[in-house]
Amino acid sequence: MEKQDKLIIGGHSFDSRFILGSGKYDLELIRAAIEQAQAQIITLALRRANTNSKENIMDYIPKGVTLLPNTSGARNAEEAIRIAHLAREMGCGDFIKIEVIRDSKYLLPDNAQTILATERLAKEGFIVLPYMYPDLNVARDLANAGAAAIMPLGAPIGSNKGLCTKEFIQILVDEIDLPIIVDAGIGRPSQACEAMEMGVDAVMANTAIATAGSITAMAAAFKSAIEAGRSAYLSGFGRVLEKGGSASSPLTGFLRE
Amino acid sequence: MTNTTTKTDHMVYLKDMEVLSDSNIMEQVLEAVQCYDDTLYTAEDVKNALAKENRGFKEFQALLSPAAEPFLEEMAQKAQSETLKHFGNSISIFTPLYISNYCENHCVYCGFNCRNAIRRAKLDINAIEQEMQSISKTGLEEILILTGESRIHSDVKYIGEACKMAKKYFKMVGIEVYPMNTEEYAYLHQCGVDYVTVFQETYNSDKYETLHISGHKRIFPYRFYAQERALRGGMRGVAFAALLGLHDFRKDAFATGAHAYLLQRKYPHAEISFSCPRLRPIINNGTIHPKDVGEKQLLQVMTAYRLFMPFANITISTRESAVFRDHVIGLAATKISAGVSTGIGSHSSEKSQGDDQFEIADNRSVEEVAEAIKARGLQPVMNDYVYI
Repeated sequence: MEKQDKLIIGGHSFDSRFILGSGKYDLELIRAAIEQAQAQIITLALRRANTNSKENIMDYIPKGVTLLPNTSGARNAEEAIRIAHLAREMGCGDFIKIEVIRDSKYLLPDNAQTILATERLAKEGFIVLPYMYPDLNVARDLANAGAAAIMPLGAPIGSNKGLCTKEFIQILVDEIDLPIIVDAGIGRPSQACEAMEMGVDAVMANTAIATAGSITAMAAAFKSAIEAGRSAYLSGFGRVLEKGGSASSPLTGFLRE
Repeated sequence: MTNTTTKTDHMVYLKDMEVLSDSNIMEQVLEAVQCYDDTLYTAEDVKNALAKENRGFKEFQALLSPAAEPFLEEMAQKAQSETLKHFGNSISIFTPLYISNYCENHCVYCGFNCRNAIRRAKLDINAIEQEMQSISKTGLEEILILTGESRIHSDVKYIGEACKMAKKYFKMVGIEVYPMNTEEYAYLHQCGVDYVTVFQETYNSDKYETLHISGHKRIFPYRFYAQERALRGGMRGVAFAALLGLHDFRKDAFATGAHAYLLQRKYPHAEISFSCPRLRPIINNGTIHPKDVGEKQLLQVMTAYRLFMPFANITISTRESAVFRDHVIGLAATKISAGVSTGIGSHSSEKSQGDDQFEIADNRSVEEVAEAIKARGLQPVMNDYVYI
């Protein structure tokens, strides 16, 4: 059964529902983190990959792992599009995660510019995963613009605060026919598990792992939590009684037929 | 000696200096710093400031006050966790490149000042390229181009040519030169520059006036509004600093933070960076010594910056010892210079053509600094930037 539970993004199929970030930690640990996480998709900031130095992140990512370059550093749609082109030229493939941020304090995404960039890049054949603030109307616009998945934030990037936007992410899960991947703000495996229990299709995490005492152990913990949350979601939750239990005499007893 | 009666009004703009008539950030900062009495804060205020998640001027003032000194360990712990949250384990490395040390200003504390009898030099474009080649070989990808503040010897065109050359060898180019007008910043942005650093030195305009005897640097408000003009010229990031020790360092540190805070509120996309220089001894002036601001006070300032603006970069200067620098990276600082020489032409030849701006305390190479970063469990990052 579980073998058939695939995550499909832009026609590509994945067994893992854990998207791992590659920022903020030692390049030497990336391979081990990927192994422990059993991740099949890894994000990388193009601005970090765009380097001449010996320490090029691209050299540390094992073959066979799908690269998801992001457009961090872009302040508007135009800049995101240029970074996406650069990523393609550098051989990062067709996947692109759109990040448009024009706020240096909270690093919150600019939804309007994200829609514009998504539309252009989807037309150019990119598999576009837009990072966004969870707003249903925007998610619909992104879907119409050709997004391959929607990546709503749980909390501000790096805040490790968990699912602050839970109710709104649930609406996206219920209403949008694309994979919903929670990105940003997930600080603990339990929060990742909670997101998966809600029916989210995948979870992306970086800071929580990058800043853990043991990067590899935390990567493994996230993997288990994400799998547990997915299994729980698929198995269907049991009935949870409201406070006070069920009414003993039926409210519909007055009906004559 | 300078006759004080001939000194110009330091608050009046000179001809050709652009005035941002629609901005009042300087007035706001000066008013806020005037109201700051650091003796009024108590241990209770410091505890409250530490407990808060988002800190405003009041909390920042408490953290900079003498009452916060006994809480330095707590400040350091909180600062480290904020640094980790916002920057992970990454520490950026860069180096400054001095291309000219001519200066038209008489600033009493600076080795480059026009009255100081030092060897002057200005690198031509070939010499600049040689310097850049040498630096590039060390693996660095971020460079900060500096000049003395002379519009005659290092005009905007000259700086622009140096920056275009820098784009060939480096991913990220910043400048620390004299303040200029918006359109000049826009020109340098086209040449590849994305970061502008201007030290206000001191935010006390009366003290400023006594230290900057002559030259265009004397004009306090023109310097103050440099970062705002740079952002309007299209620059991505701006850096701020007071030269700690010139005046009351607590007030100057508060003003530096307030300046950056108000500018970021007005230009939310702006990337903000702080430097924390202390006074250093210079050639021909043995009386200058950073005695007022000890390492403890410097760390208090750095952690207060981190707690006030957790997302801002903090650069740690080679003015400080290797031991101090190694301990503050990841704790509060996120950027460190390496392979530094403040003389002119000393990267590509053994003997410099021009003298140094100040004495440095940490002369380790790029490789040595990178190893020191790794030894602390952190990751040296040569580039985290794309010019678009």
